[in-house]
Amino acid sequence: MSLDNMDGLKQKMGEYTGKVEKALAKFPERKNLPHNRLYTPLDTEGLDYEQDLGFPGEYPFTRGVQPTMYRGRFWTMRMYAGFSTAEESNKRYRYLLESGGTGLSCAFDLPTQIGYDSDDPISAGEVGKVGVAIDSLADMEILFDSIDLGKVSTSMTINAPASVLLAMYIAVAEKQGVSADKLNGTIQNDILKEYAARGTYIFPPQPSMRLITNIFEYCSKNVPNWNTISISGYHIREAGSTASQEIAFTIADGIAYVDAAIKAGLNVDDFAGRLSFFWNAHNNVLEEVAKFRASRRVWAKVMKERFGATKPKSWMLRVHTQTAGSMLTAQQPDNNIIRVALQTAAAVLGGTQSLHTNSKDEALALPTEDAVRIALRTQQIVAYESGLADVVDPLAGSYYIESLTNQIEKEAWEYIKKIDDMGGAVVAIEQGYIQREIQESAYKWQMEVENKQRVIVGVNQFQIEEKPVEGLLRVDASVGELQKKKLVELRARRDNAAVQTKLAALEAGCQDESVNLMPLILDAVKAYATLGEICGVMRKVFGEYEAHVSL
Amino acid sequence: MEKRIRVLVAKPGLDGHDRGAKVVARALRDAGFEVIYTGLRQTPEQIVEAALQEDVNVVALSLLSGAHNHLFPRVVEMCKQKGMDDVLIVGGGVIPDADIPGLKAAGVAAVFTPGTPTSNIAEFIKANVK
Repeated sequence: MSLDNMDGLKQKMGEYTGKVEKALAKFPERKNLPHNRLYTPLDTEGLDYEQDLGFPGEYPFTRGVQPTMYRGRFWTMRMYAGFSTAEESNKRYRYLLESGGTGLSCAFDLPTQIGYDSDDPISAGEVGKVGVAIDSLADMEILFDSIDLGKVSTSMTINAPASVLLAMYIAVAEKQGVSADKLNGTIQNDILKEYAARGTYIFPPQPSMRLITNIFEYCSKNVPNWNTISISGYHIREAGSTASQEIAFTIADGIAYVDAAIKAGLNVDDFAGRLSFFWNAHNNVLEEVAKFRASRRVWAKVMKERFGATKPKSWMLRVHTQTAGSMLTAQQPDNNIIRVALQTAAAVLGGTQSLHTNSKDEALALPTEDAVRIALRTQQIVAYESGLADVVDPLAGSYYIESLTNQIEKEAWEYIKKIDDMGGAVVAIEQGYIQREIQESAYKWQMEVENKQRVIVGVNQFQIEEKPVEGLLRVDASVGELQKKKLVELRARRDNAAVQTKLAALEAGCQDESVNLMPLILDAVKAYATLGEICGVMRKVFGEYEAHVSL
Repeated sequence: MEKRIRVLVAKPGLDGHDRGAKVVARALRDAGFEVIYTGLRQTPEQIVEAALQEDVNVVALSLLSGAHNHLFPRVVEMCKQKGMDDVLIVGGGVIPDADIPGLKAAGVAAVFTPGTPTSNIAEFIKANVK
C-alpha cells in the first residue's frame, strides 16, 4: 500500500474511531478486552513479506518449519500417558498405538522424576500416582514390552534424571536388537523450567547444566535422531504466565543451554538441530497462533544472529504442544471437550509438530481410557475433517494475526534483553525474577476470574447444580507395595558387586568435570543399579538445589 | 487491635504444582491474614514442625499429585501428637469428590477443589478458626 493510501486510510480510521467512540455510550463494549477493536493495514505497516514471514521451511520460519506442513503428513498425535506400574502403562501404550496414536509419551511418577526409588520413605503415597513408577531397567523392559523401539518414537517427560531414563531406553532397545542410532524420541531434560515453574529438580544449576551438555554431546555421536531436550514453556504457562512470558522465558532458557554447550566446547551446529520446544495451547485461539509464529521467528534470529549457527536445521524451532490443563474445569467437565477442540485448532493453525490433547476429566483425576479416546479423536477430527490442516499457515496476512505476532515478538525480546542484563536465565531464576513474574500473572488471572472480569463457563457463570462425577481412574494403593516387592527381588537377583563397581565409577566421574557421565550411567543401568542408587551417587557429589521461596 | 490469623500454606509430598498454593497464600495475605509459605516438597514432619515454630492458627495443605489420602491425614495425626488440637487444617487441590468424606473424617476441616474462589477460603477460615 502506498504512503498516500496509508494517509487516506489513517484519516478513515480516525473517522471510524470517532463514530464508534460516540456510539459507545449507547452501545458499550465489553470491558478488559486485551487487543484493539479492529486491525487494518495500519497495524502491519512496514511488514516485509520476505524478511518477516518468508516461505515455510525457510528463515525466519514464521510460517512453519516444513515446506508443506500438514499437506504431506499430519503432526504426530502423541498422547501423554503413564500411571501405576510398568505393566499397566504398557497396556495403555499398546491401546494408544492400536487406536491410531502415532507416538508415545511417557509420564513418570514423582519419585521417578525426582530420582527416588519406590521404597524410599519419601516416596510414600506417591508411587504410581501421576505416572508410571520406574525403579530400574527391569521396569523399563516391562514398560516397552512388545513395542518395537526401532519403529515408535517416544517422548519422555523426565528432567533431573533424564540421563538415567535415556540410558534405560537405550539399554532396552539394545536388548530388542535396535541400535541407539535407530532410536527416535525426546527427553524433556529442561531443568531450568523445573526451578522456575514445575518443581521436579534435584541438583543445583551447575551440575544440572553439565548433565544436559553431557547428553547433547553423547547423543550427537551415538543417538543422532534423538531430541536431546524439549525446552518447555508449557509448565511456565500452566504456572500462570502470559503468552509472551511463556515464549520469552523459555527462549531465555534455550539461550542458557546453548551458551552452556558452547562453553563446554561443543560446536553449535552439532547439537542445535536436536533442540526442540514445548508450547502450551491455551484458550485464546488467535493469540496462541500468533505466539507460535512469533516464537519461531525469535528463535531463528537467536540461533543465526546471536550464536552464528549456519545450518538451517539449527535455526528451526520445532515444537511439541499440549493443550492447557489449567484451563480445564472440574465443573461441567464435558465442556472441556470443546475447550480442547479449540486449543487443538490453535496448535494446528500455529504449526505444531506434535500434539497431546488433554482429556475432559483431567481437572479431576488421571484420564480414563474413554476420555483419552475422545481427546485423541479431537485431533483426528481437526486433522481429517476441519480443513484447518489443508493449507500452510492459513492465517498469515491477517492484519490482526500479523500485528499480534509482531507484538508478542516485541514483548519477548524485551524480556530476553532484561534477562540478558541480569546475567542470563540461570541468574534470573536464582534471583527469583522469573518466578515472581509468573506468580504476578497467575494472581492477576485469578482475581479477574473472581471479580468476573474474566468469565469461565461453568465456574463463575452458567453454573449448575453439579452431580458428583463417577468412574474416575483410581490408582490402586497397592502399587507402592508391588514396586517395593519388585525391588527386594531385584536386589537379591542382580550382581551386587558389579552394581557397586559401576556406582563407584560413576561417583569418580561426577567428581571430574571433564568426564562425560552418559557412558558411566549407561553401565550402571545395565548392571540393574536402581534409579535411586544412581541419583543418590549424584546427589552425594553434586548436592541438592535449594529453592527460592517468595510470595 | 485483634490478633491477626496466622496461616501456614504448605506443599506436602513431592508435587511441584504450586500455582494454587501461591495464589491462595497471596489472596489470604491480601485478606488480612499473616501467611507463611513452606515451599515445595515438605514431609508431614517438616510441616508440623513449621506450624509449631510459627505458632500458626491454620495449616492449609495443597496437593495435586493424588497422594492426599496418605499425606493429609498424616499431618492431622502429627499435629494431634504435638498437642496442636487448636490448629485448623484445611486442604485443596485436584481431589476427587469421593475422597472428601474420608479426609474430613480424618480431621481435615474443609477441602477446596478447583474453581473455588479464594474469598470462600478466607471466609471459611475466619468462621472456623479456633
